[in-house]
Amino acid sequence: MFFLVIKRILLGLITLFIVSLITFVGVEILPGDACTTYLEREAYGAALEACYERLGLNVPAYERYISWAAGVLQGDFGYSLSGDMKINDVLGPRVKNSMVLASASILIGIPIALLLGIITALWRDKMPDIIISTIAIFSMTIPEFVSATLLILIVAIWLEWLPGIVIVPTGVSVYELLPNIILPVIAISMIMTAHMARMVRSSVIQVMASDYVQMAILKGVPYWKMVFKHVLPNALLPAINVVALTIAWLLGGVVVTEVVFNYPGLGRLVIESISNRDLPVVQALAIILASIYVSINLIADLMTLMLNPRLKSLQIKK
Amino acid sequence: MNNKKEKQKNILQKILEILKTMASKPSGLIGLTILVFHVVLAITSPLYVPHDYKAIDPTLMLTPPSSEFWFGTDSLGRDVFTRTILGGRTALTVTFFGSLIALLWGGALGIFCGLVGGKTDDIVMRIIDAFLSIPWILAMLLIVSLLGTTTLVLIPALGFFYGKGIVRVARAATHDVIAKDFIVSARARGHSNFSIIWNEILPNVRDAIMVEGAMRWSWMLLGFSSLSFLGFGVSPPTPDWGLMISNARGLMSFAYWAVLAPIFGLSTLIIGINLTADAFAKALGIDRSTKAPV
Repeated sequence: MFFLVIKRILLGLITLFIVSLITFVGVEILPGDACTTYLEREAYGAALEACYERLGLNVPAYERYISWAAGVLQGDFGYSLSGDMKINDVLGPRVKNSMVLASASILIGIPIALLLGIITALWRDKMPDIIISTIAIFSMTIPEFVSATLLILIVAIWLEWLPGIVIVPTGVSVYELLPNIILPVIAISMIMTAHMARMVRSSVIQVMASDYVQMAILKGVPYWKMVFKHVLPNALLPAINVVALTIAWLLGGVVVTEVVFNYPGLGRLVIESISNRDLPVVQALAIILASIYVSINLIADLMTLMLNPRLKSLQIKK
Repeated sequence: MNNKKEKQKNILQKILEILKTMASKPSGLIGLTILVFHVVLAITSPLYVPHDYKAIDPTLMLTPPSSEFWFGTDSLGRDVFTRTILGGRTALTVTFFGSLIALLWGGALGIFCGLVGGKTDDIVMRIIDAFLSIPWILAMLLIVSLLGTTTLVLIPALGFFYGKGIVRVARAATHDVIAKDFIVSARARGHSNFSIIWNEILPNVRDAIMVEGAMRWSWMLLGFSSLSFLGFGVSPPTPDWGLMISNARGLMSFAYWAVLAPIFGLSTLIIGINLTADAFAKALGIDRSTKAPV
């Protein structure tokens, strides 16, 4: 068990190491470097030399990678090109804002998803299931920017209930941010809830068809007792991993949602830094987003391991 | 020769059978209908568009829907109906070829890894994991912003980024068949690796890979239109739904029609592909609802 945990953590770290290599090599082999893309047409002669000098781009690539990676390990991502700010100072408030948005969406989304998933599974192919599943298919297939745009059109423009876009500066406190996040949270949690509810549904259906549940029914265990004691614990465990993968996958969608609502989070920074051709910031973002992805998956893996004695012994046997 | 014809006939029969199973459920029938409608529309729409899609007319800015302009006009006075029925062409072409590429390289690498196993497999899967953990949007935006937004960049880039998930599926499917007796006996008969892959493994993993490819198609469409929406996809004045939504969004308090029409086009196409992919998976006996969208 202990070794298994260590192994998972090591695998996660290896993945992050490869991510750092990929982003570094990727930026290296794509045409243009930080200086030529940043200076654009003025990228020649003394200005280019000075830029190379300033960013230390005139040393061999592997040396730059090592010094960059060493900085990242110490939590220092270097300097951004536009504005000459430390990347850490650029990232700090953005990370906080995105965390607020993500945690609110997850806190609202997961309980609703569980509830809807269980309802649709228990009333399978009956009215509640058909209605909820149809709505779920709509909200999970329609792109984030479409549902977000529709939300703004209906709630903000036609009904005038809430402001349509977020107009707060990047560094505001969480308290000031909260009223602004209602629509973005609805947009994100709608898609997340739909994905998760669907998985919970099929997981519950699978368990309901299993031998031990059939046995419990034959034994005459009361329906709700059976659901809570036999079905749910067994159905929700395998769902944890899938839910984690879904949350991680939605990171990409959050980028788009933040742009639609003009929300000052990491997602908008992705677009801003790419539009500004600020490659050091792009590299930092790739590492940070990949770390989030790896940690979410790691936590889910560990949670399933801790909670499921069956899986534990199985893994050791392997 | 005769044998080959027989084989072709069998494949045709199988395809018809799958289509029949797909159409036997209402959701599959709806999905297929929508998809066929969109494909036909995309192919034939240039023949009957009522207006020029790039004709700018300042006197007709943001006019509401009328008998002449069915869906009204946009902020440059262009006919929204014309642009909407043309708007899926690029998206459909790019994502179709993109998912074909994804299917081919993902499937091939997955089968290869599943077959050889060992160190090679370990290393490739680590790299795939690393690629999976970089959000697709960041990587796509970076590539597109450095290499340009032409179709020739978008198709391979999308194909590459959406194929990495297929590697996993193909590898897992290969693992499932690799230990079966018929593979062992093919090995014992002295068949080459290539013959084993082509004749024994491929027929058994084909279904799983194809379902995965169909799912990728809808996600790729989502990704492509997101790129367009963000201004990193199709370049104007080419009509494209994502781009149209992003352009019309700022003015939707005055002219909701300019944003609703492309939203309708894009949403129906994505829902159509999704329902079709679902029905396709069910017809082949694969439940895709337990899988995470990776």
